[in-house]
Amino acid sequence: MSTPFAVASLVRRDLTLAVRRRTDVLTTLFFFVIVVSLFPLGVGPDLDRLRTMGPGVVWVAALLASMLSLGRMFAADHADGTLEQMLVAPYPLALLVLGKVAGHWLTTGLPLVLMAPFLGLQYGLAAGALKVLVVTLLLGTPCLSLIGAIGAALTLGVRGGGALLALLVLPLYVPVLIFGAGAVESHVSGLGAQGHLSLLAAFLVLAVAFTPWATASALRIALD
Amino acid sequence: MTRMLEAVGLACVRGDRRLFEEISFTLGDGELIHVTGPNGAGKTTLLRLLCGLTRPEDGEVRWDGTPVRELGDDYRRRIAYLGHLNAIKDDLTCRENLRYGAALGGTAADEGRLDAALDGMGLSGLDGVPVQVLSQGQKRRTALCRLLVSDRPLWVLDEPFTALDKGAVATIRDAIAAHVADGGMAVLTTHQEVGLDVARTKTLGLGG
Repeated sequence: MSTPFAVASLVRRDLTLAVRRRTDVLTTLFFFVIVVSLFPLGVGPDLDRLRTMGPGVVWVAALLASMLSLGRMFAADHADGTLEQMLVAPYPLALLVLGKVAGHWLTTGLPLVLMAPFLGLQYGLAAGALKVLVVTLLLGTPCLSLIGAIGAALTLGVRGGGALLALLVLPLYVPVLIFGAGAVESHVSGLGAQGHLSLLAAFLVLAVAFTPWATASALRIALD
Repeated sequence: MTRMLEAVGLACVRGDRRLFEEISFTLGDGELIHVTGPNGAGKTTLLRLLCGLTRPEDGEVRWDGTPVRELGDDYRRRIAYLGHLNAIKDDLTCRENLRYGAALGGTAADEGRLDAALDGMGLSGLDGVPVQVLSQGQKRRTALCRLLVSDRPLWVLDEPFTALDKGAVATIRDAIAAHVADGGMAVLTTHQEVGLDVARTKTLGLGG
């Protein structure tokens, strides 16, 4: 039995669980929709102003929504003992972690990406800008899940871990936020988003390569 | 080929407390070790240590003479661990839990064997029901089914008989005895007098 099979089975299990327990997925999505929708109500219907702040608002909301769901990434597996089984499984823990992160992204990150263009319309973003927004989220939300996994693993079993998790993870999200929202802005201003998107992609590659190892170490410590 | 699990001078410290030290034993094919001791003596910690979940303060665990830290996945491919927690998901059915558990453990879930294991544990009528609605004992039995289909030589069992009724205790007891008689190995803790019918049983007393 090969490692990819075990990882794929882990992802499939998490997707099955998400389907059986839809509220977890839906709360994150609704949180995202509501936060993004509050801003036009708060700052008024001035389209120019909305257009400039749109990408930033969508990105900050995506970041907060992703963080909201981080606590659940390992908590259930920790509580029911599945995490112990992952540690004694004959596969590299970092790859199993990658499977868990993939499951997390598919159930929380991807729905945000799919929802974003509709929310962008509220801010009067043009079709081109919406397309860039979706691409940045597609590259950026996996980064959020990957980086967040380290924080989720470090705060596993810690009382009041939620606030600590935010303190640990939010500063690490800053580069993703800057390049994500920046890409849309530079596209709108006619500079082209190529540079920002390349940096985001590079960031994603680095995160895929390194964060699973850090998360795996943190999980080992949490269960020791 | 004979196999051998060996503990050499294991010591464990939890916080400021020295749980145990200088624990040494060997476990070969067809042998069982019953770890005994009062609450807090470090039985669970010792089992976790054997699985590599906890690091020993001193000493090491060896498999066929090689430290398990060096063997890594090769060693983990030989153990089946059942902790206090059942490692089953409430929202999945028994069968789904076993399938995913087997995949994580590295064995393809053979449906025929799953049927046999579920049947043997008296769970065959509960297909299609999420584990959530089952009793504690039935959940424990589901977790034990995972061992039956795991094909691992070494079973590490932490209180396998908790929450089980008499019939299930007998089933598990026989399953462990059959596993050991078949040339397997087992390390277990239990407070219950279950009368395991295993020829080569060693007792390892901790603390107290």
